Amino acid sequence: MSNVSISEVTKNGLWTNNPALVQLLGLCPLLAVTGTVVNALGLGLATMMVLIGSNIIVSLIRHHVSDAVRLPVFVIIIATFVTCAELIMKAFTYELYQILGIFIPLIVTNCAILGRAEAFASKQSVGIAALDGFMMGLGFLIVLVCLGAVRELLGQGTLLADMQLLFGPIAESWTLRPFGEGYSFLIAILPPGAFLVMGFLMAIKNAIDWQIKLKAEADKPAPVKGAKRIRTTGHIS
Amino acid sequence: MIVKSMGKNSLLLAVFALITAFILASTDRLTEDRIAESERLAAQKALFEIIPLERHNNDLLLDIQPIPEKYWSTLGLESGGDIHIARFDGQPVAAIIPSITPEGYSGDIAMIVGVNFDGSIAGVRVVEHKETPGLGDKVDVRKSDWILSFNGKSLSNPEPSAWNVKKEKGNFDQFTGATITPRAVIHQIAKTIEYFNQDKERLLNELNSSYNPLSSNQSSTEQLIQ
Repeated sequence: MSNVSISEVTKNGLWTNNPALVQLLGLCPLLAVTGTVVNALGLGLATMMVLIGSNIIVSLIRHHVSDAVRLPVFVIIIATFVTCAELIMKAFTYELYQILGIFIPLIVTNCAILGRAEAFASKQSVGIAALDGFMMGLGFLIVLVCLGAVRELLGQGTLLADMQLLFGPIAESWTLRPFGEGYSFLIAILPPGAFLVMGFLMAIKNAIDWQIKLKAEADKPAPVKGAKRIRTTGHIS
Repeated sequence: MIVKSMGKNSLLLAVFALITAFILASTDRLTEDRIAESERLAAQKALFEIIPLERHNNDLLLDIQPIPEKYWSTLGLESGGDIHIARFDGQPVAAIIPSITPEGYSGDIAMIVGVNFDGSIAGVRVVEHKETPGLGDKVDVRKSDWILSFNGKSLSNPEPSAWNVKKEKGNFDQFTGATITPRAVIHQIAKTIEYFNQDKERLLNELNSSYNPLSSNQSSTEQLIQ
């Protein structure tokens, strides 16, 4: 089963099998913390680190763990990484840690992580498992950040506010206010806003997939019996 | 057979538990100091905003006085708390009092109230709340400077009856779409000053008798050595 190509893993994680948009895993933290870009980025990075770490270890031990105790062992590994991530965030980005609060320890319950360990890493070699962890984590991170950016922009009229929580004092001037001071649109910050924006993101992804499919079908040369194949370039609508 | 595999599996689990416990313990060890430092800085930051460095030169975090139990309910503290004392060259300047109101729109609003020893407010900061984003969360200094409007106020300016939102004939602004949150905060601040006025004498006596220059600033330590 070790014949998965790098490009396939990349495409799966970022697009075709995106943990947030397609598998719809880990929606609870996804919807809860994406009020701003910095929150989304913080949780996304933590999740990605845990995913890469757990995928590597699970892949390393895959021949030594019997089926009977596989799941408990995976859970121990994931819980360890989450706790380490929590301690590290507490040490280096304390204010962000306070904002994200309970959602950092809750990364452990993000089914995307156990799902990848079970479905992928436990059957693949270390390198490709690590890549899968990275790509799945990145796919999740990108969706989180998009959601955070849209909600922050619509909800409080800023972009990249409070980035100093993650990047230190240099980031204090990064805040953009495209709509000027005092703008706010409540629903985007509240949980219903998260569901709405998430729905639109999924719709956009499906629309793009649909377009690609249509184009692929249109590009297919019509098989004409007895005639020479004609190479077509450009669009046929 | 089954006994053998059970033995093997439990051994395996035990080994994993041990390894991960070891990893966790070492991460904890490595980050311990840094976490303590971050926690201290975060606590200090809020205190410094209320009493800036120009107004004190003692260690605000260490110079504390416990709140007497009979006042706990006034201040909304379930398990008590400490007042941080700001001093300049040993003279008490202000007290920073923790205070929690249960009257928020969605649960408790925790704040720290800095009161100068003349009974006027040095500053107030909301440190924890769950108020509606965009409406009630304007009590947070990061969202609005409303909380700064208390600076310099006391229970004689305005009169105690005017410690309310304008809508209810008070002296302080409410927010558009939110009256409950600011009213809760205003009432709690008034209660906190009231407590301070009652407890001030005892506090001052306590401070003068317990003052230990060694725990204070560098210069007094040097004086002592000389």
